Amino acid sequence: MSVLVYAESLGGVIKKAAQEAVSYGVQAAQVLGTDCIAVTIGNPSGASELGKIGAKRVVDLGTYSHFDAQVYTSILAQAAQQLGAEFIVMAHSSTGKSIAGRLSARLDAAMASSVTTIPVLNGNAVEVRKGVFSGKAFATYELSSPIKIVTIAANTFRPEDKSSSVQVESLSVNAPQSKIQVIESQTVTGTVPLPEADLVVSAGRGMKGPENWGIIEELAQSLGAATACSRPVADVHWRPHHEHVGQTGVAIRPTLYFAIGISGAIQHLAGVNQSKVIVVINNDPEAPFFKAADYGVVGDLFDVVPKLTSAINRLKAQQ
Amino acid sequence: MKILVCISQTPDTTTKIKFNADQTQLDVNGVQFIMNPYDEWYALVRAIELKEQLGGEVTVLHVGTLATEPTIRKALAIGADNAVRIDTEAENALFTAKQIAAHVKTEAYDLVFLGKETIDYNGSEVGAMLAELLDLPYISYATSLQMSGTEATVQREIEGGKEILKLNTPFVISAAKGMAEQRIPNMKGIMMSKTKPVKVISPVAVTSQSKITKYDYPAEKKGCKMVSSDQIDELVQLLHNEAKVI
Repeated sequence: MSVLVYAESLGGVIKKAAQEAVSYGVQAAQVLGTDCIAVTIGNPSGASELGKIGAKRVVDLGTYSHFDAQVYTSILAQAAQQLGAEFIVMAHSSTGKSIAGRLSARLDAAMASSVTTIPVLNGNAVEVRKGVFSGKAFATYELSSPIKIVTIAANTFRPEDKSSSVQVESLSVNAPQSKIQVIESQTVTGTVPLPEADLVVSAGRGMKGPENWGIIEELAQSLGAATACSRPVADVHWRPHHEHVGQTGVAIRPTLYFAIGISGAIQHLAGVNQSKVIVVINNDPEAPFFKAADYGVVGDLFDVVPKLTSAINRLKAQQ
Repeated sequence: MKILVCISQTPDTTTKIKFNADQTQLDVNGVQFIMNPYDEWYALVRAIELKEQLGGEVTVLHVGTLATEPTIRKALAIGADNAVRIDTEAENALFTAKQIAAHVKTEAYDLVFLGKETIDYNGSEVGAMLAELLDLPYISYATSLQMSGTEATVQREIEGGKEILKLNTPFVISAAKGMAEQRIPNMKGIMMSKTKPVKVISPVAVTSQSKITKYDYPAEKKGCKMVSSDQIDELVQLLHNEAKVI
């Protein structure tokens, strides 16, 4: 038996979310008394390094022209059978979410999504936990099928080097014909995708206009952070839609979230309240966001943000 | 076009969440339930727009007991033609997907629409499961859908980017923000919704292999540490030395 991790890649490179999934799979394998096998598709660079995180084997399933959940599910199901998977792990990413449910139906495997805990054995069942109701509660799931599937929350399981890289093996599988044709694929390169970012600098209506975003970008640059925004700002096109975090946008859980000039409506908090540390900068001391924050500064953001960027640059210069 | 829209209901975001005494179930007393916004604002409205453009029929499907009927009536008031309610309490995502799949197999839908996820459990599971059970393609997180005969052009969100795809009906699609704009039911819609047919069907037998055994509340925040706007270096030191996040 094995723990099988689908380690996804983007642009031919193993994603950070995939390393986190392998890190989780290695810990799950310890609990279940078995080994973690990482499975890749398209022979991505960084595959053999998954051995360093603790994967006993790395197995590639071949190269396909484009992502299609139906095709990937079929080949991953074949890999799961051939590699004796009893527990399957993947990132709670757009790719992971498209596949995990399909795989669950195909293998009649119970699943839990966006989990934040390593499985705990309870007889033949396992228990995992996840945040529910917009971060207002946690639920413990008991999965009791022979094969179990989880997708894991981003930025929660840190990959650590504990072993050495391994040779990538290949496994032959039969891929069905894809019924989807990709016309165009655009990805923003050179920046960390927002859902995977460790540090996020987010700003809202307090910025007064899109022309003022320079100070936000400078702060993000000094930290190596991704930029984000609140819904009203995306709705009036001050910022691109893919930066919108909150209930109808992207839900994120970075280690550090700066909320600058954002009041903290409950719909916004629903998308960010699982961040490890929240810093709120707002000129209104009554802004509801302060109640959800770890650190707060009441002040004019046009004064505070440049001072913060300088202070961070000074800290970085000392390091 | 014959379109099925799967709708779910969730507690309103602003509702206070409480559990029963042994914390195994949501305490529904005083909870305001709404149609899941992704299902309502994006999936349902786009389905109705396509019907208005191309003709056909929009059916909404909900897995739930009689108590959930107001949610179905609202979908009919917004513009769905008829509804199917599978009369059972949803136990988990795979249970729900199997119920829906059993119905879809008896009808020839061109499109099966869902919202990208529900706002209570955010699993994004049912759509993918349903597509697999029906052996159909699945396009998740779609932000636009245009039809030309049986050929669809879809735009979908991926991490840090987007994709434009083409495929032929039938398929399963989950809708994200951008797909359509919310429609508020008008008086005529509300009146008509009362006479539109809701077919109630019995569930199929499904053995559940996952369940929620316990709910608990997150640890209280320690409270917000305020830093003066003249002491920004102190904030940076706190983030570096105390929170250890930079």
